[in-house]
Amino acid sequence: MKGGTNPVSTTTTRAIVAPGAAPSLASPISARPRGRRQDHPLWFLLPALAVLVVFFFVPTLFNFIYAFTDWSSFKSGISFVGFDNFVALFANGTLLNSLRVTLVYAVLVAIFQNVFGLALALLLEKDTPLNRAARVAFFVPVIMSALAVGYIFQALLKPEGALNDILGFITGTDISIAWLGDTTWTIVVVALVHAWKWMGLSMLIYLAGLKTINPDVLEASRLDGAGWWQTLVYIRIPLLAPAITFNVATALLGSMNGFDIVQATTEGGPGGTTELLNIFIFRTFGQGLFAQATTMSLVLFLMVMILAFPVIRFLRKREDVL
Amino acid sequence: MRRRRSLADIAQPIVTVLALVLLLGVPFWLVISTAGKSQAEALNPNLAPPSQWQLFENLAQVFTEGRMALAFGGSLLVMIPAVFGVLILGSMAAWVLARRSSRGLAVVYALAISGIVLPPAVVTIVLLLRQLGLAGTPVGMIGVYMGMYLSTVIFFVTGFVRTIPQELEEAARVDGAGPVKVFVRIILPLLMPVLATATILICLYIWNDVFYALFAVGGRLDTLPLNLFQVASAGLYLQNWHLIFAYIILMSLPLLLVFAFAQRKIISGVTSGAVK
Repeated sequence: MKGGTNPVSTTTTRAIVAPGAAPSLASPISARPRGRRQDHPLWFLLPALAVLVVFFFVPTLFNFIYAFTDWSSFKSGISFVGFDNFVALFANGTLLNSLRVTLVYAVLVAIFQNVFGLALALLLEKDTPLNRAARVAFFVPVIMSALAVGYIFQALLKPEGALNDILGFITGTDISIAWLGDTTWTIVVVALVHAWKWMGLSMLIYLAGLKTINPDVLEASRLDGAGWWQTLVYIRIPLLAPAITFNVATALLGSMNGFDIVQATTEGGPGGTTELLNIFIFRTFGQGLFAQATTMSLVLFLMVMILAFPVIRFLRKREDVL
Repeated sequence: MRRRRSLADIAQPIVTVLALVLLLGVPFWLVISTAGKSQAEALNPNLAPPSQWQLFENLAQVFTEGRMALAFGGSLLVMIPAVFGVLILGSMAAWVLARRSSRGLAVVYALAISGIVLPPAVVTIVLLLRQLGLAGTPVGMIGVYMGMYLSTVIFFVTGFVRTIPQELEEAARVDGAGPVKVFVRIILPLLMPVLATATILICLYIWNDVFYALFAVGGRLDTLPLNLFQVASAGLYLQNWHLIFAYIILMSLPLLLVFAFAQRKIISGVTSGAVK
């Protein structure tokens, strides 16, 4: 008997307490806080985090441990040696040399890649059929293997190579400059090759950035009597700040982690003047000096950490000012 | 002003063609002409056309000697699972990271995207792979690539998910769909544009990577860049420039063909997100 009356009474009370559309509203509201969490369960994070932990964080952690050991292919055991690796690499000059070379290379690449990219973007700005074809063509090096690009330029830049042939043809004299054999200038040449490979990407990003500039602004500056150069320097380049941030940051990061192009052109030579950190790591690893390679890998990690974040923050701040 | 502009209009195509010829034409002609020469003629690569074209013979020779078919298969074997893996695991994580907020998850997010900037620890990755018994295996290589590029996917997708209105999910949930169903039916299809961009970028990186492959698989798996490295290391010693360049042509063809057919998508994909 009770069972028969109860449902009726509850429905009536509910109807009285919350009249109208209340029942359908009331239940989601009370269920929402808990429902929210179940709607996006944390276990969705687990597979990605597991892969990141195993293949990214654990090796990085190992980096901080094995840099302080004598791990090598010549011994079976591994024991701690404190800062011996750092001291040894510092004392024989390779640590500072590789750091310097990597930094110089990164800065040169960032400059060249952005200057070439912007120049190409300005050259190919108008939407003509020729320009559209040229944009596609300049993107081809971007999709090619960097190693392949390196070998192409190794052939091109030989003392008896094609570049010297062209220069000799123009000047009418025999030219045999060893572009990849100079202890001072080869790093500049290799940075130019790196910039050549990636300039198409910078070009596309600058083109996209140029498209976002309001034509009214350019028209206004033109009416004020600004020439092409003034408009570029005072209006367009400042308005390209987001594209510049992206291009400089990616160029710096890409070249600090550089390997392929330098390995294929100079292998770090002549005399270690183009020996990037990654070239050193690869070479010493190949010699079985694992701990030394790990130490340099840690140096690279710390260098990127110390440099990349401030650079990105600085560039972002410049955007905010505008 | 007007006169200067018309001068620029005449000069622009000339400068463009000159830039194309000097910056792209010279290096690419060097590749093609040298790949068409005999070993004797290619000894010192120059811009002269081969006295007798033997491009196809060289391509055929390098195809067999460079174990091209194996390397192509190896490259695909590593790239496809790695790309699918990062896309799926990355979007799953990004969905939750975009929709929920707490201090703990903010830290998780910061750590998860740190790999965009921070370089992977190549040497100790080898140690880890050996300990896991994955050194020199495709699985190990796939894991390494996934660890490297998950950050990129999580970063891109999290930003994108935040632009998808919650109401779309709510509507499905009212119909009784659980989180898996909401993710697969509602979220994943909407993520396609950003996943396409991520796919292009990551495929480019993995297909062309040689540095991390040298450490993770060494000589125990053939991939196209690894075999180029071997062919060239041996070839430079023997001055076989015609074979090195023939290999470069064959190796670049797949990506060039994909690019030729999908260039508009690839270009817009690569540039999207960079400029806001």
